[in-house]
Amino acid sequence: MTHGKEKTLGSLAFPEAVKRRLGGETITLCYQCGTCASSCPVAKITDRFNPREVIRLSLLGERNEVVSGDAIWLCCSCYNCQERCPQKVEIADVIYALRNIAFREGYIPNIYSEFAGALSSDGRIVKVSRFVENKRPTLGLPALQPTGVDALRKILSATGFDKLQQRREGA
Amino acid sequence: MTGYALFLGCTIPARQPNYELSARKALAKLGIELVDLAKMTCCCPPPVQSIDLETSLAVAAYNICLAEEADLNLVTLCSGCFESLAMTNAMLKNDGELKAKINRILSQTGKEFLGNKEVKHYLQVLTEDVGLERLKQSVSRPLSKLKVAAFYGCHALRPSELLKLDDPERPRILEGLIEMLGAKSVEYRNKLKCCGGLLRGSSDELALELASEKLENTTKAGADCIATLCPFCFVALDMGQLQIKHKLNKTYDMPIIHYSELLSLALGIDPKELALETHKIKVDNVLSKIL
Repeated sequence: MTHGKEKTLGSLAFPEAVKRRLGGETITLCYQCGTCASSCPVAKITDRFNPREVIRLSLLGERNEVVSGDAIWLCCSCYNCQERCPQKVEIADVIYALRNIAFREGYIPNIYSEFAGALSSDGRIVKVSRFVENKRPTLGLPALQPTGVDALRKILSATGFDKLQQRREGA
Repeated sequence: MTGYALFLGCTIPARQPNYELSARKALAKLGIELVDLAKMTCCCPPPVQSIDLETSLAVAAYNICLAEEADLNLVTLCSGCFESLAMTNAMLKNDGELKAKINRILSQTGKEFLGNKEVKHYLQVLTEDVGLERLKQSVSRPLSKLKVAAFYGCHALRPSELLKLDDPERPRILEGLIEMLGAKSVEYRNKLKCCGGLLRGSSDELALELASEKLENTTKAGADCIATLCPFCFVALDMGQLQIKHKLNKTYDMPIIHYSELLSLALGIDPKELALETHKIKVDNVLSKIL
């Protein structure tokens, strides 16, 4: 049965792909106890996000649902789940790995895209306006030092971040 | 005098002169010299880690390299910066393979991460370099009428295995520092729960619900203000109150005040020098209990 075969291949391939990414290494240690879900402040107020379920779907190889869905972007990165996981699954980091895969495929909320754009243009994810910068001496603050945006752009180029960002902006 | 490279980050210089002024003035008064290094960048906190973790670690490591070259330890104010820089510093010190990988990326910038410096939260500078006893003796304006709700946020404490600021489930460092100023630290429900700050801009309704719970619980506990450490928590709870009023029809009027601001006030610094007008929720009720 091809369907069954695809399912098996998928369920092996996706968790392995997550495991190979930085942050995703511990995903297969999960035994689905749900300590993460009961520690999650977001899961308490919405049924749109449940860390145990995100991991379960990933382990089952439901790649598209995980990567293109909204759920992974509802984690508030509080790390409560990671602190409490009895299996030492680095859950918040696994979610970063899943988000990193989503970014590579063009699935990323607008605000994150804005951060990425500001990072490569200004060296800061929140721009310091000329007005605010000029106001510093009147408040008694020293002048801001120049950012190392040139060095930062070299890093973005070495990791391929800039190409992914440009592809996203061009899309 | 103990010197540190100050890691200022993005949000503080862009939006919160109240944080920067109070931290600079208080630390100077306590004999801590802060050095502003050129060529620093964004630290790459969780929102950038969400986009690409490897890039984030490399950028954080680049910034640590600047401190290594200046032969200074780093001190952070923002919890996002602390998480990113302290986490990266610990990860690269612990894992030679990862360090080599990141150094291959950094070679494009002419830098090499050595791992011979520390990244400290400014609370650690207060407890370890200044010391609680000297801090207590430096207080000229005790905050003895003030009931303060300590709020750690997430990224000063977690991931605790790498950040090592305090016990992630029962931290005491901030409460202790509040009490050194003569104020009373009040307990409240779900103290360690997230303020929702990082969901702002992508899932505002969830962010406001989490912030609202924090305001509800601190109000019930009879706090005069919430003491924050992180500029994102500050915005979520301060600006957040205006949005909560508008969208959830709930009014709290709870002053949100960075711990560094309370510290500056207790050290006798003139409130007029602290840009307190930056606060959306006025801090007049707090000042009237202090001055």
